[in-house]
Amino acid sequence: MADLRSEFLGVKSPNPFWLASAPPTDKEYNVVRAFKAGWGGVVWKTLGLDPHVVNVNGPRYGAIWGADRRLLGLNNIELITDRPLDVNLREIKKVKRDWPDRAMIVSLMVPCDEESWKTILPMVEDTGADAVELNFGCPHGMSERGMGSAVGQVPEYIEMVARWCKAHTRMPVIVKLTPNIADIRHPARAAKAGGADAVSLINTINSITSVDLDNFSPEPMIDGKGTHGGYCGPAVRPIALNMVAEIARDPETHGLPISGIGGVTTWRDAAEFLALGAQNVQVCTAAMTYGFGIIKELTAGLSLYLDQKGMTLSDLQGRAVPNVTDWQHLNLNYVTKARIDQDLCIKCGRCFAACEDTSHQAISMSPERVFEVIDAECVACNLCVNVCPVENCITMERLPAGTVDERTGEVVRDEHGDWTQHPNNPMASAAE
Amino acid sequence: MTSMTTPGIVPGRLQADDYARNFDDLYPDFEPHEAMVAADRCYFCHDAPCITACPTEIDIPLFIRQIQAGQPEAAGKTIFDQNILGGMCARVCPTETLCEGACVREMAEGQPVEIGRLQRYATDTLMAKGIHPYERAAPTGRRVAVVGAGPAGLACAHGLARHGHDVVMFEARPRPGGLNEYGIAAYKTPHGFAQDEVEWILQIGGITLRHGMALGRDITLEALREEFDAVFLGMGLAGVNALGTEGDDREGVRDAVEFIAELRQTQDLSTLPVGRHVVVIGGGMTAVDAAVQSRLLGAEHVTMVYRRGRESMSASDYELNHAATEGVRIITDAMPVAVHGNGAVREVEFAYTRQGPNGLEPTDDTFRLPADQLFRAIGQRLDGAPEELELERGKIAVSDTGRTSLRRVWAGGDCTGGGEDLTVTAVAQGRDAAADIHTQLMG
Repeated sequence: MADLRSEFLGVKSPNPFWLASAPPTDKEYNVVRAFKAGWGGVVWKTLGLDPHVVNVNGPRYGAIWGADRRLLGLNNIELITDRPLDVNLREIKKVKRDWPDRAMIVSLMVPCDEESWKTILPMVEDTGADAVELNFGCPHGMSERGMGSAVGQVPEYIEMVARWCKAHTRMPVIVKLTPNIADIRHPARAAKAGGADAVSLINTINSITSVDLDNFSPEPMIDGKGTHGGYCGPAVRPIALNMVAEIARDPETHGLPISGIGGVTTWRDAAEFLALGAQNVQVCTAAMTYGFGIIKELTAGLSLYLDQKGMTLSDLQGRAVPNVTDWQHLNLNYVTKARIDQDLCIKCGRCFAACEDTSHQAISMSPERVFEVIDAECVACNLCVNVCPVENCITMERLPAGTVDERTGEVVRDEHGDWTQHPNNPMASAAE
Repeated sequence: MTSMTTPGIVPGRLQADDYARNFDDLYPDFEPHEAMVAADRCYFCHDAPCITACPTEIDIPLFIRQIQAGQPEAAGKTIFDQNILGGMCARVCPTETLCEGACVREMAEGQPVEIGRLQRYATDTLMAKGIHPYERAAPTGRRVAVVGAGPAGLACAHGLARHGHDVVMFEARPRPGGLNEYGIAAYKTPHGFAQDEVEWILQIGGITLRHGMALGRDITLEALREEFDAVFLGMGLAGVNALGTEGDDREGVRDAVEFIAELRQTQDLSTLPVGRHVVVIGGGMTAVDAAVQSRLLGAEHVTMVYRRGRESMSASDYELNHAATEGVRIITDAMPVAVHGNGAVREVEFAYTRQGPNGLEPTDDTFRLPADQLFRAIGQRLDGAPEELELERGKIAVSDTGRTSLRRVWAGGDCTGGGEDLTVTAVAQGRDAAADIHTQLMG
C-alpha cells in the first residue's frame, strides 16, 4: 500500500483528501463522522462575523442528472455558516483536540476591511486550527454584500486581504479562488503577491441549473423566483483541472502550493488533479451525493494506482504539468488516423453520423453496416472515438514517419514541427 | 374438491385468486423512472437496425429519445404515426426476433434495449390521457368496405377514415379486434386492452362497425363491390387444419384457436374446464398460447408435441422458454399416429419422425402420452375465399400495396400471402393498402 500521508503547508494529514468548506463541514457532528470514516482533513465551513447570516428557508440546491439520475452537477444558494461564531469556534477547538492527526483548516469570509480580519483571525488561531482559507469564491449572496467572489474577482483586493491576513496571524493562509473570472492566473498571482502560502480552487461557478417551464422560474425556486447559484460536481471538473494547470505552469506562480477542488468523485479524479500540480484535493459534491463512505474508495484507489505505477504521492504531484503547453507548441508532424476494430464494432453507426453530418465525411458505411475510415479524409479529430459507445473500439493511431498521409499527400516527418515554425504563420521563426 | 389432479376436463382446478394472478400482465408497464433508465440505454443509432427490423418501420430511436426527453406522449405519437396498433404490438410482437433482435446492444452485450416495453410505456401514456392525436380530413364522399375488424382491417380503416373516407367494417364475430380479441394469450393483453384499443382507434370518426357479418354468409364480395368505392379484405384465416389422424374426432379433441377464443371471452376463468393431462400438437404461437394457458388454468401435465426439430418451430425461443418456465413439456420430432380412447380421448400415440426420401415420415419408434384433452394447433387456412379472387398457395394473392386480382379490391393480414402472420405485419399491410386505396380513389 502506497503511503498516502500528506503534508500541505506543513499541515499533516493521513491522506490528501480533505472535505471542502461546505455543508458537510458545518458542524462538529458532521466533521467527526467524516474523520471516523477516514477523511484526512476538513476545511470548516466558512465563518463570518456575528450577527451570523441567515439562509433561505426553501430549497438551496439545484441539479442536473445523467442516466439513471446520476448526479452530474449541483448548484447551491447556501450562504456561509448560519450558526453563531462562538459555537463554531468552540466546536472547531474540540474537534481539533480530539483529532490531532487530521488537518483542520478554517474558511473565513468577513467584510473587506482590515479590522474585520484582524478581529477574527486570533479567534481562529485560538482553536488550534492548522490554517485558514480565505473564501474569495462564493458567487452568490455574499458577493452582493461585497464579499466572496466580489473580492475574488478583483486581484488587488485579493492581494490586499492576503497581506492583512499574513500580518495578523501566524497560521498559513490559503486563498480560495473563484473561477468566475476571465483568467485565473491573475488572482493567483495576486494571492502570491499578497504573501498567501497557497491557493485552493475552484470555488463554484455561477449557474442556473434549470428553469421550471410551468412557473417560469429558475431552480431552485423560492416563492416563484430563483437566483444564480454556485455550480459544482463532476460537471465542473474539466474547468477546474484547466485552472489548476494554468496556475501550476505559470512561471509567476509555479511552485505555489495548490489544493485542487472541483468535482473530485473517484480516486482517478484526484490523481488527475495531483498530476496537474495540486498537492492535495478537496471534495464536497461526491460526499454530499454518496456520503462519507467514498473515502475508502478514494484512498484505496489512489494507493493502488501509485503501487501499480511504482510511484510515491510526491512523484505524482505535478507530473503532468510539463506536458501542459500552448497550442502553438503542439507537434503538427504528429499525424494520426482513426482505426475501427471491426471485432468490437457493434454497428450502431454513431461514428458515421457524427463524421458525415458534423465533421469530415471520413467514415464509410456499407449496406452491411460495416464502418471504415477513409484515410484520405480523416483529419484525426477524435470525434468518432468520443461518440463511440464501445471503449477502445475506435482508436487513434499514429502514422509512422516516412509514410504518406493520404489526406495531404505529404510524407509524415520525424522531427517536431509546430505553429511557431509553420510557413503560414506570419510570426514564424525560421525552422532551422 | 377439484384440484390439478382431478381426472377429466373440469373447471375450477385452482383457488379463486390463482386465476387473477396467473392471467395478469406478464410484464407490467414501466414506472416512469424505469422507463427513463431503459430509454437511456438507447444509442440513437444511425439508420437504426431496429427500424429496419420493424414491419411497420416505427422510428424507434426517435420515440425512445422522446421518452428520454420527458415526453412519452410525443413518443406515443411517433409510434402511432407508423402503427396505429402500436399499443397491442408492444404487447404481442415477438420483439426478440424483430426490433430487439436487431438492437446493437443485443449484439454488444446480449441485452437489447427493451424496445417493446418502452413502446408500451409510450403508447399507454398517450392512450391513458384519452388523447387521439389524429384528426379526420374533410369527408371525401367515398365509401370503403373493410371486411374483418382485426389488426389489418383496423389499420386500414383508420388510415382511410383519416383521409376523410367513410368506412364500414364488417366483422363476423360479436366483438371487434380479430385475433387481438380472440386469438392471443390473455396474459399478454389483460384488462380489456383489445377493446379499449379498438374504441380508441374508432375515435378518429367516420368508421361504422357492423357485427355478425361474415363474408360468404351474410355479405358477398360482389355486393360490396357494387355498393362501395373500394373493398379491403382482412378477414384472417377462419379454417383450421385437421390432424387427419385416426380418432381425431374423439371427445376432448379440439382446435387450439377455439379454446383460446373461449378463454379470452370467459369472464370467470374458474368456470372454464381444462384437462388434467393436456396435449397440444403444433409448434407455433397458437400451440404455445394453448399450452401455457392450460397450465395456468391448472392442468397438471401439459405437453407440446411438434413433428420437426425445435429450430423449425415458428414460436420464438422467447415463447418456448416462457412455456418451459410455466411447466410445459416440449417434445420435438414426433407426430401423432392415433388418438386412443373409448369415446373420449384417453391417450395419444406418437411416432418419432425422420427425414425420408419423400419428406418427413414416421418411424416405428412410438410412445403414448396420457391425455384427456388434445388441442390441434397445426395451422390455419383461408376457408371460403370468394371464388373470383386469385389465390397463391391457399391465400389471397396481393401486390406490395395489397391489391388483389380484382379491381378496387385490396387485402391484407393473415388471409394474404405476404409476410409473417404477425399482428404487426397485418397492421403494416392494412396501413399500406389504405394509402394505396386513397391514392386510387382520389386519383
